Amino acid sequence: MSALFEYLVRLGDDSLILGHRLSEWCGHGPILEEDIAMTNIALDHVGQTTSLLKYAGEVEGKGRTEDDLAFLRFEREYRNVLLVEQANEDFGVTMMRQFLFDAYRKPLYEQLTKSSDVQLAAIAEKSLKETKYHLKHSAEWVIRLGDGTDESHERVQTALNNLWRYTDELFYTDQNDVELLANGVIFSSEELKKSWMEMVKTVLDRATLTIPNNGWQREGGRKGLHSEHLGYILAELQYMQRAYPGMEW
Amino acid sequence: MLEANINELERRFQEKIDNDQKIEPNDWMPDNYRQTLIRQISQHAHSEIVGMLPEGNWITRAPNLRRKAVLLAKVQDEAGHGLYLYSATETLGADREETIDDLHSGKAKYSSIFNYPTLSWADMGVIGWLVDGAAIMNQVPLCRCSYGPYARAMVRVCKEESFHQRQGYEIMMTLAKGTPEQKAMAQDALNRFWWPSLMMFGPNDAESTHTAQSMAWKIKRSTNDELRQQMVDITVPQAELIGLTIPDPDLKWNEEKQGYDYGEIDWDEFWSVVKGNGPCNKERVDARRKAKENGEWVREAANAYAAKQKMKKAS
Repeated sequence: MSALFEYLVRLGDDSLILGHRLSEWCGHGPILEEDIAMTNIALDHVGQTTSLLKYAGEVEGKGRTEDDLAFLRFEREYRNVLLVEQANEDFGVTMMRQFLFDAYRKPLYEQLTKSSDVQLAAIAEKSLKETKYHLKHSAEWVIRLGDGTDESHERVQTALNNLWRYTDELFYTDQNDVELLANGVIFSSEELKKSWMEMVKTVLDRATLTIPNNGWQREGGRKGLHSEHLGYILAELQYMQRAYPGMEW
Repeated sequence: MLEANINELERRFQEKIDNDQKIEPNDWMPDNYRQTLIRQISQHAHSEIVGMLPEGNWITRAPNLRRKAVLLAKVQDEAGHGLYLYSATETLGADREETIDDLHSGKAKYSSIFNYPTLSWADMGVIGWLVDGAAIMNQVPLCRCSYGPYARAMVRVCKEESFHQRQGYEIMMTLAKGTPEQKAMAQDALNRFWWPSLMMFGPNDAESTHTAQSMAWKIKRSTNDELRQQMVDITVPQAELIGLTIPDPDLKWNEEKQGYDYGEIDWDEFWSVVKGNGPCNKERVDARRKAKENGEWVREAANAYAAKQKMKKAS
């Protein structure tokens, strides 16, 4: 299997699963403006999923479409990070999850706009515009909730404590990346982590929130080893394609 | 104010309306006109917001990425419609939060169609085709409504609704020419939504309490039965074109009136749903109330943060 295919699926699945989680909010947001914002961000992620998985299918060259990849793989074949599959819980958890992810996605896309792979660079260029706005939105909410009331502070601090363990995986690299790094398709994840940490520290500081001391980290998503959440997500996501196989919609 | 003065104001107000001039937020208007508009526009706003729920129900299960994106975009449009309709009520002096509380207490109504459950993917098709279709039928005349902000909001809303209607019909068309299971799914959705869609135009003209005054004020520009007839006449050939059957044995072409005769609507069902006894009334209002309650701490935090920022700026 080509390294580029694997890489595109990792990115595509992050968007697919995060978009799914955000869609669950539809009609249930804390204010109408947030219903609009969250459906809009979900929509951007569905769009990014489409670009990334479509290209993955082309790279693979076996005739699989973006829908085949999004809807017809088994659980162990999904490559998203564990962070994006974590449950919405409340608005604070959702915004913290979003912020930790956006703060990684933005510098990642910035890097990838310089990719030697022209198609990937073009996808990154287009997605970067959306991601900048996502990060602005989630960072502002983290600050507002962190520096809002005692209750909101406690809620987002707890969210941060619980989600922190999934952040190292954002910078996961393995054998798959070696060739891509050598060819200038992707870039150093250490650089990426530096930008991420800078952004996270700045925003958490303004939000009066504290990074938890516990250094314990979980990973597995990039290798297809997920949390118990993913099975339920896929049961919903794949329902139509599994119940009515091979039909046009 | 002297009664003579009020009579004169009312005379000038009606004259403006009769001359098809728009009434704007700062213009004098009779209190009943204001209240009727607040009631109508807020009902419309609530319908957009409650309407997000039955469709939101299928976003996570949409059959492919394209359909998922279109459905998300559509539901987002509806939230947007809700937002500027609430803003239109605010130009009349209503308070958005109070208006929303009226929805939650059951005092304010919303379109009864959203009290029916969405049970299959085909419901996303039929809702776009019939429910948004009926909404357009209701709303196109409102682009000429006498109240300026509402009329202008309707121009934009109608453009988006027409995209919703087309994507709904396109879903139905795809299903109707698909496998037998898909066609059955489409027919079942049409069977369940046909009559409730016709009910969307409200009671028969003879039973409609608000129509006469609203027509005189040009808040309403066609009667319920006129609009319903238009809906039937437009929809029947669309169903025929894709090979679906309208679930009405009494439906037949009437050469003389150049329109379709259709069967009697079950008005008992209509009133029962209006009074709160539809299949999902409780679920819909509960979901909205819960969203507000669960969001309380978020709104408090946003206000507290804004206040702190203001203090910082001042000091």
